[in-house]
Amino acid sequence: MRWKEWAGHYAVCSYDVHHDREYFAIRHAAALIDVSPLHKYEITGRDAAAFLARVMVRDIRKLKVGRVVYLCWCDDEGKVIDDGTVARLDERHYRVTANAPALAWLRLHALPFEVGIEDSSERLGALALQGPTSRDILSEATGTDLDGMKFFDVMRAVVAGAPIQLSRTGYTGDLGFEMWVERGRALDVWDAVVKVGESYRLETVGLDAMDVSRVEAGFILNGVDYFSANQCLIESRKSTPYEIGLGWTVKLDREPFVGQAALREENASGSSWALVGLDYDWDEYEALYNEFRLPPQVPAGAWRSAVPVYAGSRQVGQATSGAWSPILKRNLALASVGAEHAKAGTRLRIEVTVEYRRRTVAATVVETPFFDPERKRA
Amino acid sequence: MNDLHKPSRSAYDAIIIGAGHNGLTCGAYLAKAGRRVLILERRHVVGGAAVSEEIYPGFTYSVCSYVVSLLRPNIIRDLQLPRHGLEMIPLDCSFTPLPDGRSLVRWGDAARTRREIARFSPRDADLYPEFGLAMGKLARFSKDIIDHPAPDPASFGPKDLLRWARLGRAMGEMDADLRYLNLQLLTMSAADFLDRWFESDVLKAPMSCSGIIGTFLGVRSPGTAYVMLHHYMGEIDGAFRAWGFAKGGTGSVSRALASAATSLGAEILTEAPVERVALRSGRATGVVLGSGDEIRARTVISAVDPRRTFFGLVGREQLDADFVKQIERYKLRGSSGKVNLALDRIPEFISRPGDGPHLRGDIAIAPSVDYLERAYDQAKYGDFSERPYLNVVIPSTVDPSVAPPGKHVVSIFVQYAPYRIKEGPERWPERRDAFGDAVIDTLAEYCPNLKDSILHRQVLTPWDLEQEFGLTEGNIFHGELSLEQLLFLRPAAGWARYRTPIRDLWICASGTHPGGGVMGAPGELAARAVLRSGAA
Repeated sequence: MRWKEWAGHYAVCSYDVHHDREYFAIRHAAALIDVSPLHKYEITGRDAAAFLARVMVRDIRKLKVGRVVYLCWCDDEGKVIDDGTVARLDERHYRVTANAPALAWLRLHALPFEVGIEDSSERLGALALQGPTSRDILSEATGTDLDGMKFFDVMRAVVAGAPIQLSRTGYTGDLGFEMWVERGRALDVWDAVVKVGESYRLETVGLDAMDVSRVEAGFILNGVDYFSANQCLIESRKSTPYEIGLGWTVKLDREPFVGQAALREENASGSSWALVGLDYDWDEYEALYNEFRLPPQVPAGAWRSAVPVYAGSRQVGQATSGAWSPILKRNLALASVGAEHAKAGTRLRIEVTVEYRRRTVAATVVETPFFDPERKRA
Repeated sequence: MNDLHKPSRSAYDAIIIGAGHNGLTCGAYLAKAGRRVLILERRHVVGGAAVSEEIYPGFTYSVCSYVVSLLRPNIIRDLQLPRHGLEMIPLDCSFTPLPDGRSLVRWGDAARTRREIARFSPRDADLYPEFGLAMGKLARFSKDIIDHPAPDPASFGPKDLLRWARLGRAMGEMDADLRYLNLQLLTMSAADFLDRWFESDVLKAPMSCSGIIGTFLGVRSPGTAYVMLHHYMGEIDGAFRAWGFAKGGTGSVSRALASAATSLGAEILTEAPVERVALRSGRATGVVLGSGDEIRARTVISAVDPRRTFFGLVGREQLDADFVKQIERYKLRGSSGKVNLALDRIPEFISRPGDGPHLRGDIAIAPSVDYLERAYDQAKYGDFSERPYLNVVIPSTVDPSVAPPGKHVVSIFVQYAPYRIKEGPERWPERRDAFGDAVIDTLAEYCPNLKDSILHRQVLTPWDLEQEFGLTEGNIFHGELSLEQLLFLRPAAGWARYRTPIRDLWICASGTHPGGGVMGAPGELAARAVLRSGAA
C-alpha cells in the first residue's frame, strides 16, 4: 500500500503494489475512493445565490435545488484561482468544493452580502463511488431507486443510518457518485458500501488509479495543468478560463462578477493559449523504442512532470499531465499550446525520453474527453 | 450491426465467408480501403469461436475462446476498437492449486512471485525472471514474424529475399546464447526445455501447459517448446506476456470488430450459410448460399479453416492432386473441450479459501508434469482424460457485467478431449455428460463447494465445436500450431500468402500465418495481401 500527503491528510495512492486492478475497477465495476481532503465550504443565508453569482463565473442564481455545477473562479484580472463544484442543497444552502483553501478569498467578497460561510472541510467526509456498478450498489445501500437521478443531481439519502448528501458527480469521467457525510459517520458509510459492493466487485481504490481516469476524462488539475492566480510568482504562469478549456463555464452577460471585465475583453479579442488533448503517434513511438531494440514502454501511471511540445522545431507549449490509457490503447497527454496550434487534427511533436535520450514523437491534437462512455450521463 | 436479410447489391469487391474475428478483421481492413465488402455468417451471431452468449439467463459465457492476448494492438488502434465498445481487462495472476493443499501463484509483481516460487525452490525463484527475459527476447524476434507475411525458403523472389534479410538481421542481433536457445525451443519438448532451467515440478507443470494448448501433443512431445513461446507473445499495452478478458466476454471483440467493419461500410449478413464457392473456368466469382442464391464478387475470401475451405466449399475435383494431398495431411486433430458454468457463489479452493486476487487470473489444474503426460496417454488411445489439464478463469471476478450480483461464470478449457475417441467422433454426444462429469470431478477435488454451487453447465466436446462452430475436428486453431504447419507451411507449402490455387479465392483465418488465437493478424495480413494484389 502506498500513501501520500493531500491537503495535510494521509491519502492512499494504491492499496496494492500497482494501481492496475484499481483502475479497472473504476471502468468495469466500482471504485470506492476517499476524497475527504477536498476543501468544502457551506454557503448559507438570504444572499447565498447572489454572493456565489458574484464570485463564480457561472450565474449561480439559475442553479436549482438538487443540482450541482462545475465551474471556476477568477481574480479581478480574470485569471483562474481554482476550479470546483457548487451544489445547491437547499433553498438557501450551497456547498462549494475546491482544490485549494478558499475561505479567505470567499470572505473577502462576502462583506456586502448576508451570507454565512463555513469551512466544512474537516467536518465532512467525502467518499466517491465511481464505476459502472456504482448505481446498483448505492440503490441497495440507500434503499432508494437511483435510476431517476441525473448526471449532476444531488439529493439526501441515508446509508447505514447516517444521513448523507449524495451527488452524481466525480473525477473519473465514468458513471459515479460522491457521498458527503459527517466525519463521525463516514466510516459506517464506508463499511456499509463495501459490504453491499462485495457482490458488485467493488474495490477500494487510491488516487493513482483515479489520476489515470481523470486524464482519460480530460479533467484538468489545479497545481498541475494550471496554477492558481493566487500562487503564481510570475504573470505568465496565470491562466484565464478560456486558456484552460473552461471558457464554457463563463457566463458573461449578467450582473457584474469578479473578473467579468477582463474576461469580456478576452472573449472579444481571443485567447493566446489553449488547453488541448494530445494523442501520441503510436507507430513513431514504437519505432523510437525499436531504435534501441526495446519494446515500446508506456508510462506505468499518470505523469505530471511537464514536457515541451513543439511545432516543427519551435516550442509552442507544454504537456502538463498524461497517461497511457489501458482502455483506449493510446498514449495521451493534456497540454497547453499556443491558440493557433489548438485545432483538432493539428500535428505537433512531444518530448519523449527513451533510454536516457531526449527525443520527440508526433502527437495529434484531439478533442477531450478522450474517453466518454454513454453510461456517464445515462 | 447490419442484420438485413438480403445483401444490398448483387456484386461486391469482396465476399468473406465466415464472420469470425479474422473474417471481420479482414473485412474491416478492406472496407477501410474503400472496398465494397459483404461478410457472410452461418450462425445467428457474429464471432465464430470468439463469441459471448447468454445461454443461461443472466450469465454470459465466453462460449469457446475465453482470453484475449494476442489481439494485435495495431488492429485495436487502426480500427478504433475501443470506440466500438472493446474494453480489455488484464488477468492478474496465474494460480496453480495442488491436491495436497499447497498452491503456487505467479503474480504480476516480480517480488511477490519470487517469494511464491521460493517456497518450492529458492533456486527456481531466482531463475524465473531470467527465463522470462530470455523468452521475452525471443518473443520479440517472433513478433517480427507475426507482424509480417512468412518468407518462403523455396522462393528467391525479391520480396522473400528482403523478408529473409530482415529476419537474418534480427537473428544477427541475437547473441549466440539466444540463438542456441532458439534452436532448443524449435526442437525440444516443453517439459525437457523447462528441465534445463528449473527443478520444481510445481513450477514446471503449469508453465509447460502453454506448450500443449490446442495441439494433440503431450508436454514431453518434441516441438511443444515452441508453442510455449507462441503463448509467451501475449501482448497487452506493449507489455509482453500479459493476458486479458474482454469486457462482456470474448464476443465483445467480435462485436467491436463487426461494428468497426459496418461503420466503415462493410455489410454483415448472419444466418447466411455459404453452400459453396461459385467457380467459372477455374476462377472464384462469388458464393452460392444455402438458399440457392448466388452473390457475385471480384474476390472471395474464406475465413473458415483450410480443410473446410478446399474440400467443403471448393471441392477436391477443382484442385491439383498435390495440393489435395497437402490439405489432407494438414493436421486438425482436435484435442480440447470446454465447460462453462454458472455458479451461485464464488468457488472456494482448499489451498486458498475465500474470495481474493488469486481468482482474478487463470487457474491451472496441472499439479505435475507426470499428471499432464498421463492425461495425454489416455488421449493417445482414444479416450478423454479422466483427470485432464484444466485452464479455469472466472471473468465475473473482474467484469460484473457477465453475471448477476454475487454470482459467477466459470470458463474451463479442458485438455485432452480427442476428436477421434475410440467409439468414433460421432458418438461424442453420448459421452458428453461423462466428459463434463470428469471435468467437474477434477475441479471439485481442489474446490469442494463447486458441485453445490452449479446453477447451469454447458459442455462442449470437440464434436460440438465442429458441428456448432464449424471448427473441423474441433481444432480451436484451424490446424495445430506444430512446427511442420507454421510459417511458410501454413496451410500448405507454397500457399502461405493467403492466396489459394483457385484464382480470386483467398484464405484469411487461423489456418494461415501466423496462426490461431484471438489475434486478428491473419485477417489483417490477408486483407493487405488482397489489396496489394489488386484483386479487390
